[in-house]
Amino acid sequence: MLERFDCRVAFARTLESLAREDARIVAVVSDSVGSAGLSQFSKLFPRRMVNVGIAEQDMVGIGAGLANGGKIPFVCAASCFLTARALEQIKVDVAYSRANVKLCGMAAGLAYGQLGPTHHSIEDLAWLRAIANLTIIVPADPGETAQAVRAAAAIEGPVFLRVSRTPVPEVHPAGYRFRIGAASVLQPGGDVTLIANGTMVCRALEAAALLAQEGVSARVVNLATLHPLDRAVIQDAAESTAGIVTVEEHSTRGGLGGAVAEVVAASCPVPMRILGIPTFAPTGSAEWLFEYFGLTPKGICGAALELLEAKVRS
Amino acid sequence: MNIYPQAAQPGPGQVANLRELAGVVRRQSLRMVHRARVGHPGGDLSAADILIALYFGALRIDPRQPNDPGRDRFIMSKGHCSGSLYATLALKGFFPWEELAQYMQPLARLNGHPNRTELPGVEANTGALGHGFPVGVGAALAAKMDGASWRTFVLTGDGELQEGSNWEAAMAAAQYGLDNLTVVVDRNGLQQGAPTETTVRLEPLADKFQAFGWAVREVDGHDYDALLDTLHALPFEPGRPSCVIAHTTKGKGVSFIENRAEWHHHVPTDAELEAALRELGEESHA
Repeated sequence: MLERFDCRVAFARTLESLAREDARIVAVVSDSVGSAGLSQFSKLFPRRMVNVGIAEQDMVGIGAGLANGGKIPFVCAASCFLTARALEQIKVDVAYSRANVKLCGMAAGLAYGQLGPTHHSIEDLAWLRAIANLTIIVPADPGETAQAVRAAAAIEGPVFLRVSRTPVPEVHPAGYRFRIGAASVLQPGGDVTLIANGTMVCRALEAAALLAQEGVSARVVNLATLHPLDRAVIQDAAESTAGIVTVEEHSTRGGLGGAVAEVVAASCPVPMRILGIPTFAPTGSAEWLFEYFGLTPKGICGAALELLEAKVRS
Repeated sequence: MNIYPQAAQPGPGQVANLRELAGVVRRQSLRMVHRARVGHPGGDLSAADILIALYFGALRIDPRQPNDPGRDRFIMSKGHCSGSLYATLALKGFFPWEELAQYMQPLARLNGHPNRTELPGVEANTGALGHGFPVGVGAALAAKMDGASWRTFVLTGDGELQEGSNWEAAMAAAQYGLDNLTVVVDRNGLQQGAPTETTVRLEPLADKFQAFGWAVREVDGHDYDALLDTLHALPFEPGRPSCVIAHTTKGKGVSFIENRAEWHHHVPTDAELEAALRELGEESHA
């Protein structure tokens, strides 16, 4: 098994490097120094670490104000609280105002496992995807996370970066270059396409290996940018394979699957299966919940085979 | 034509001039609401003197350089009073006076609530209540980090203070010792449909801010001598953020609008507009 990494480490190290290079970089947290992995940042740049206390609305508004004052704030908190509690601040103060704020949703999805649905962030992408002006990035591995942090700092305007703490292996080859808005095809394939983001990309790759054993050639796409969407890669998958299975650590409604379905329905309708989390999760660790919801190589493989069989029957 | 393009920082002797400017803003904002058939005249009239005192008596801003990094920031948290804000910005010279005729017209830059991405002079998009205060705290914090001398001012409504986000921001501002931040409360006592005190009471408001670590002064929000003295005394205490509770009359200047909750977003008829303009001294500035 490949070595797995907590992407928050890559996130934090990159932010520290950026802060050394650019005095405008500051961090804003809501008593979330630890959960964002920013203890080291806090030691290195104590005056550039703004802890607003347990107050997410204030945190996002303050981020917008810091941006008005010429800073590049990275506003970091558990994604569940950042996005749900401060949704109107994200919409008005950041996105509508085009404030140069980088929102970092930490430990998104089911990462908090047994702590339950209050701490799970499985709606964040659906909520944020409906808001204009907001670039949304869901990196799949540490290398992509590091590049995404730099890309977010480099563009002028609002960004949401979804950072996982569920350990993942590097899924990209050395030399991979992340670009905002560009999906990466990790494996070619002509029968079916698996489109995933974040922690599910490595699982989609493993599912493709299982499918190969069944004689099925699966294309694997990492759709790391949810907005703006790489429509060409999605359309090509719809046109050149029999169907698309999307996989995300998120609700089955309105996230990656929804985004892909919108393109597919409008350009080249093909069968889809949308894998994710359809309901509030029961008690269980993140890993256990992935099994429970079928977000495993086996589950993804099964969904792809079922899609292909259904297509043959019809 | 811009009637008063570049008023200098006024001294006490220029108070009469400020009153005149506020009269222009009041009349213009009512005309704008009347023409657009939508708006918030009660609050526009309540805030007019505060806005004029700030823009022509306190803020260090140059409308020719609306993005100057060293400018003072003014954030209109009560964004629904865009009528008087826009009239004030146009008077100050941020955009042509004629553009006020476009208020809330299709595709206009002058939306019902201010949009910084379109209109010079607007620092933050507001309209949803309880947003300007935290943004102001962030701006003040940025200036502190840089050791910069520019200041941040936020104007909130009073009913708006029922939003919890303001109190989160009040705590943070005190924690960070933001004596470069001033929050002015337009304390007209009325919210959308009723007095604040019979809705969810705010009093004792000054005590609340004091308890949150702020230096507080109360002032008549229509008295220019008092407003200017107060704004020139900032910061009230080193190391503390300043709060000005400006006691105002909603609908100030028009007898049949004053203190009437229904005028929060009532649109004047032709006859009401005429009567209001007369009360506001229209003949001298028609």
